[in-house]
Amino acid sequence: MGGNGAMADNTDNIIVDTATRIFQDLCEPNTVNEAEQGVWPKALWHALEESGLTLTWVPDELGGAGAALADGFAVLRAAGRFAAPVPLAETLMAGWLLTQAGISVPGGPLTIAPIHADGRIALTADGALSGRARRVPFARNAGHIAVLARRGDETVVALVAATGLPISQATSLAGEPRDDVSFDGAVPMAVRPGPINQDLLVSFGAAVRLQQMAGALEKILEQSVQYALDRSQFGRPIAKFQAVQHNLAMLAGEVAAASAAADAAAEACASPDIAIGEIAIAKVRGGEAAGTGAAIAHQVHGAMGFTYEHSLHHATRRLWSWREEFGNEAVWAARLGRMVVERGADELWPFITAGS
Amino acid sequence: MSFSFRFDPVELPPEAKELRQEVRTFLREEIDAGTFSPDGGKGSFSREFSRRVGAKGWIGMTWPKKYGGHERSHLERYVVTEEMLAARAPTRAHSTADRQSGPVILRYGQEEIRQKILPQIARGELCFCIGLSEPNSGSDVFAASTRATKTDGGWLVNGRKIWTSGAHHADYMIALLRTSPPTKENRRHGLTQFLVHMKTPGITIRPIINLTGSHDFNEVVFDDAFLPDSHLIGEVDMAWKQATDELAYERSGPDRWIETFPALVELVRLAGEQPSERLAEGIGREVAHLATLRRMSLSVAGMLQAGKTPAVEAAVVKDLGTNFEQALPDKVRLLAPQIGDSQPDSNDDRFEEALRYATLIAPKLTIQGGTREVLRGIIARGLGLR
Ligand SMILES: Cc1cc2nc3c(=O)[nH]c(=O)nc-3n(C[C@H](O)[C@H](O)[C@H](O)COP(=O)(O)OP(=O)(O)OC[C@H]3O[C@@H](n4cnc5c(N)ncnc54)[C@H](O)[C@@H]3O)c2cc1C
Repeated sequence: MGGNGAMADNTDNIIVDTATRIFQDLCEPNTVNEAEQGVWPKALWHALEESGLTLTWVPDELGGAGAALADGFAVLRAAGRFAAPVPLAETLMAGWLLTQAGISVPGGPLTIAPIHADGRIALTADGALSGRARRVPFARNAGHIAVLARRGDETVVALVAATGLPISQATSLAGEPRDDVSFDGAVPMAVRPGPINQDLLVSFGAAVRLQQMAGALEKILEQSVQYALDRSQFGRPIAKFQAVQHNLAMLAGEVAAASAAADAAAEACASPDIAIGEIAIAKVRGGEAAGTGAAIAHQVHGAMGFTYEHSLHHATRRLWSWREEFGNEAVWAARLGRMVVERGADELWPFITAGS
Repeated sequence: MSFSFRFDPVELPPEAKELRQEVRTFLREEIDAGTFSPDGGKGSFSREFSRRVGAKGWIGMTWPKKYGGHERSHLERYVVTEEMLAARAPTRAHSTADRQSGPVILRYGQEEIRQKILPQIARGELCFCIGLSEPNSGSDVFAASTRATKTDGGWLVNGRKIWTSGAHHADYMIALLRTSPPTKENRRHGLTQFLVHMKTPGITIRPIINLTGSHDFNEVVFDDAFLPDSHLIGEVDMAWKQATDELAYERSGPDRWIETFPALVELVRLAGEQPSERLAEGIGREVAHLATLRRMSLSVAGMLQAGKTPAVEAAVVKDLGTNFEQALPDKVRLLAPQIGDSQPDSNDDRFEEALRYATLIAPKLTIQGGTREVLRGIIARGLGLR
C-alpha cells in the first residue's frame, strides 16, 4: 500500500534491517514448529549472535554493541513478527539487567529470573542463592541466568551459570520453554548491587513483551488481510464482504493501538526510574488488543486458521501467552486505577497529559 | 510488506509545554470569572469567550500571518484544543471554523474571501456551520441534491440541508451543493463547495430538538438564496477532490474521544482514596484506553505538522475514539458504587449529572461526522480491501 499509512519492510534503521533479514532467511514457519518439538534453531541463534544483536543493550565496555534502548525494542518487535523461537528478548533483558549492575555480560543465550512481581530469590550470608523461580523463559536453553536477589534489605544482581541447576521443564501455551528453576545452593559468578528492584524488572519485562506483541499483531493483520484477498467464497474474495472488511478495520485499529502502547512503554523505560504509569497504560491496552486482535484474525481465517499447519497460531498463541506475562491487564489496570484515585479526580487530566 | 498503520511517537516541543500551562491559567481565570463552569452547566457557546481566545492568538494558530493566523505548529494547536475540551470550555462559537471551515477557505477559497474572512475567524468573531447532510444524503454525502444554479454574478440556491449543528448561531456555512448531475464514470462528480452567509435572504433556519431536549442541530431551507461568485470555493463540480483533506482535520482531534470524559472524572471523585479492587481495575482500564487514544491523536497532529494528509489514520483514531467514548458511560455506570440514601454527598449529584449527560449523548458519537460503518469502510480501503 502507498501513502503515508504504509510501513515499508525497510526501515532507516540498520540494526532493525539486519535483524529482519536474519529472520527472513532463518526463521521460517517450519523453524518455529520444529522449535516447539524441541529442536534448537541453531542457525538462527548463531546468526543473531554473530551480528551482535544479542548484546544490543550491552555497552561497549562490557563487551556489547552499545545500541540505544529504542533499537533493541525495535529488534524485538521484528522478532515478534517472526515468532522467533529463541530467547532473544530474554538475552537482551539479561544484558540490560547485568549492565545496570555493571556486571560483564557473557556470550550465549541468557535469561532472567524471577519474572513475577512476588519473586523471591535470596542471597544468603554464605554467598549462595536460595529460592525457586517459576516459569523462567527458556531456562533450559540459557547458558547463564541474570538473577535479581535479595541480600538482607538490599537488591542485588547475580550472574549464575545455568548448567547444573535443577530445572523442571514446562511450556507456555505457545509451546515456548517456561521452566521452573531451583537456585538453592547455587553460587553466583558475580554479584553486584544495582538500581533495579523486582518492580522495575517486571515493568521492563512488560515493555519488552509489548514490543513482541506489537510485532505479532502486525503479523496477524498482514496475514488476515492477505488471506481475505486470496480466499474466495460465493464467487468473490471474502475481502469484498463488508462484514469481513469491518472486522479487518477493527483489527487494524487494535494493531495501531497496541503499537502506540508499545512505543509508550519503550519510552517509559528510558527514564531511570521507569515511568510505571506509562507501563501500566501500555500493558493494559496492548493486552486487550492482543485478545481482540487474535480473535478477529482467527474469525477471518475460518477453519484454516485453526489448523496446526497454518502459521497463524505462531503469532496468536504467543499473543495469548505474552499478554499474561509481567502482569496481565487486570493486574496493571488495578494498579493504574489506584494511582489515578490517589491523585484525585482533578488530577486525572494532568496525569494523562504528563508524558507530553 | 506490512499493512499496519503507523502512529509515530510525537515529543511535544518545549514551547507547546509552556503553552499548555498558559492555556490552563487562562481557563482557570475564565472559570473564576464565571464565564463557564467545568460541569458544562453554562453551555458550550459564548461569543465573548471565543473573542478572548482569539485575542490570545489561539484560533487559526497554524495559518499564515497575512490572513490573521499565527504560523504556529499543529502540535501547539493540538495542545490548545485538548486543554479547552478537557476543561469543557465553551468553544462552539469558534471551533468549527478553526478546525474545518478556515482550513478549507485557506486552501481553496478565493483570495478576496481569504483576506476578508480568515482574519475575522482568527479573532474569534465568526461562527461557522457545516452544510453537508440532506434528508436523502447522509452517509452517501455525494448524493446531495440542494442545487446551485448559475445566474448573473453568482448562484441561486434551492433545497434543504439538515442536521446542521449550530446553524442558528452561525454567521457562515460551508455548503456542498449540486452544480451538475453526476456522470456515468464518476458518481461523485457535480458537487461544489460554497461559502454561504447565513443572513442571505431566502434562507430559513428551523430548529430540530434532539433527544437531550436541546436545540443544537437544525434544518436549513434555501429558497432562491443568492451567492456571489466570490463565494465559490475551489473548482466547480470537483468538490469530491477537496473533501478528503478536510476530513483529516475533522476526524482525529481530541473531540473524537473526550466527549464523555467528565463521567470518568466524576467516577474517580466518587471512588475516593480506597476504591475496591474491581473499581480500581475498571478505572485503570478506561484510563489506559484514553491515554493511548490521546497518544494516537497527538501522533496524527504530528503527521499534519509534517505536511501529510493522514486521512486513514484519522479514521482509525476516530473509530477507536468514538467507540471508546460511547462505551464509557455504561462502563462507568456499572463500576460506580451504588448511590442510595445512606451517605448523601454532593459528589453523588455531580456524578449523576455527568453520567446522565454522557449516556444521553452517547448514541450520536458514532454517527456525527461519518458513521462507524463509514469509517470502517475508509479503513478497509486503506488496507486495500476495496
Ligand atoms: C449530533 C449530530 C450533529 C450533526 N451535525 C451535522 C452538521 O453540522 N452538518 C452536517 O452536514 N451533518 C451533520 N450531522 C449529520 C451526520 O453527518 C449524518 O447523520 C451522518 O453522516 C449519517 O447520515 P444519516 O444520519 O443520514 O444516516 P444514514 O446514512 O441513513 O445511515 C443510517 C445507518 O446506516 C448505515 N449505513 C449507511 N450507508 C452504509 C453503507 N454503505 N454501508 C454500511 N452501513 C451503512 C450507517 O452507518 C448508519 O448506521 C450531524 C449528526 C448528528 C447526529
